[in-house]
Amino acid sequence: MTTIRSSASEMAAALASGETTSVELTEAHYAQIAKVDEQVHAFLYLDKEGALAQAADVDAKRKSGAELSPLAGIPLALKDVLAQKGIPTTCGSKMLEGWRPPYDSTVVSKLKAAGIVILGKTNMDEFAMGSSTENSAYGVTHNPWDLTRIPGGSGGGSSAALAAFEAPLAIGTDTGGSIRQPAAVTGTVGVKPTYGGVSRYGLIAFSSSLDQAGPCARTVLDAALLHEVIAGHDERDSTSIDAPVPHVVKAAKKLDVKGMKIGVVKELQGEGFQSGVLSKFHEGLDALVAAGAELVEVSCPTFDYALAAYYLIAPSECSSNLARFDSMRYGIRIGDDGNRSAEEVMKLTRHEGFGPEVKRRIILGTYALSSGYYDAYYGSAQKVRTLLMRDFNAAFAQADVLVSPTAPTTAFKIGANDNDPLAMYLNDIATIPVNMAGIGGMSLPCGLAEEDGLPVGFQIMSPAMRDDLMYQVGGTLEAALLSKWGGPLLDKAPVLAGN
Amino acid sequence: MAAISRDDVAHLAKLARIEMNDSELDHLAQEMDVILGAVARVQEVASADVPPTSHPIPVNNVVREDVVRPSLTPQEALSGAPAQSEDRFKVPQILGEE
Repeated sequence: MTTIRSSASEMAAALASGETTSVELTEAHYAQIAKVDEQVHAFLYLDKEGALAQAADVDAKRKSGAELSPLAGIPLALKDVLAQKGIPTTCGSKMLEGWRPPYDSTVVSKLKAAGIVILGKTNMDEFAMGSSTENSAYGVTHNPWDLTRIPGGSGGGSSAALAAFEAPLAIGTDTGGSIRQPAAVTGTVGVKPTYGGVSRYGLIAFSSSLDQAGPCARTVLDAALLHEVIAGHDERDSTSIDAPVPHVVKAAKKLDVKGMKIGVVKELQGEGFQSGVLSKFHEGLDALVAAGAELVEVSCPTFDYALAAYYLIAPSECSSNLARFDSMRYGIRIGDDGNRSAEEVMKLTRHEGFGPEVKRRIILGTYALSSGYYDAYYGSAQKVRTLLMRDFNAAFAQADVLVSPTAPTTAFKIGANDNDPLAMYLNDIATIPVNMAGIGGMSLPCGLAEEDGLPVGFQIMSPAMRDDLMYQVGGTLEAALLSKWGGPLLDKAPVLAGN
Repeated sequence: MAAISRDDVAHLAKLARIEMNDSELDHLAQEMDVILGAVARVQEVASADVPPTSHPIPVNNVVREDVVRPSLTPQEALSGAPAQSEDRFKVPQILGEE
């Protein structure tokens, strides 16, 4: 019997067999949203009309015997950073309040073409800057495992929607960990594909050399199925890689890691990592060894500098990218009284429209790029980026994939890092190197930390355009852990009472 | 590392076109000091012989034939504009009094 707790693959099988319809499935998810989202606040906007029309269309096509893509008719939650034609797209910012894009992002076009049903837009840190979703201008999202805790960020709405069974699939974007860290702290699966693997057209830019959209789901196979829907070359994104999409679905089904070399990154497991995170990570390693993989310790000495370099490169690119929010062509406009100049109106609008974290990063980036400081800050950070890539190249010469805990801690309490931006930035210490090098990264659940009973994420990193390798290892690890646990980790999460 | 002053932040805010009041400037100057102190450590390993990387993959210009393709209509392009006039974006005065 298919329920909202089923995986997307199971739902797809139920649709194919005629056990249920896409309209029924979509309505069941809206019913769950109505029941729990007041507590979770995963969604910023629901497009019930559009979703049900898409579902009915897929049902009609199925009835007529038309060939459908594997995920046709499956509901999905879309992070509010991606443009969807006619649907409010805020990026979690007051700056874009009320904006309805006149076009679809490539990711959305591909979702629609595959018959996927977009339920609505999910909450996020403003312009994807944050690790807790507390920086949204539209309220905090709560972690379904413990409503007093953060769901990760910036894509906390997407991860919470999955963990609260409000959607079986979601889309996230990952600039420094915004798909993987939310997945880790909610006990779900999130994948940052190789940079250039998924088109950035219509993805509201934060840091263009780091941003990458990717799949979020409750199982590795579901993530792989969604990955193949959204990936591929796009002439509208000049950084899109013109090469075949790695066969990630096939890889996720292999369930075999015999003879594979798993590189354990020495620098990503010491000081600052919670003990329960490390012990569950090691249980994951044991499971891989039991499945026939070989562990190799690898050292990436420059990783100690990755966070510092990231917090120069990302703010620098953001200060440039966010210059487009000038109150002239879209978004809000403040103080245009007929007397003020364009520059004055621009300054007032940006004062009102941007939240504190966005302003902090724009100012930091403006500093790092200003003459006299450019070489010392931005220039040095770019050199660290070279060293990080050398570290990865050396490590991948010794191992097929690299692994680490995804985040140093489990979900922290809402408000815990309010007055300490640097403490907040440390959440991304293990995820950032992947973005800096443009390679692939996945997080999947590997257990609950003993001390707080909260989910721990296991990160798998694969070389550029070898995304299949992380799916192969992730799928195998997931199968081993599921048989050990006797069912999905999310079965251990408290059931939300609802309205 | 030289401390960043309130005046420095005011100058950066001006460059970034963000209005900021005194208390915002004070607060940000303190935070910037801490953050810059932390990120400055990139200089420890950024020696002269290391080339910079701006992008994880080689980025080249992508060109196509110069042919007309369907695109947004003026109405669609203006659909999010705070103000418009005669199929154009209407903006506050740019050059000041004539």
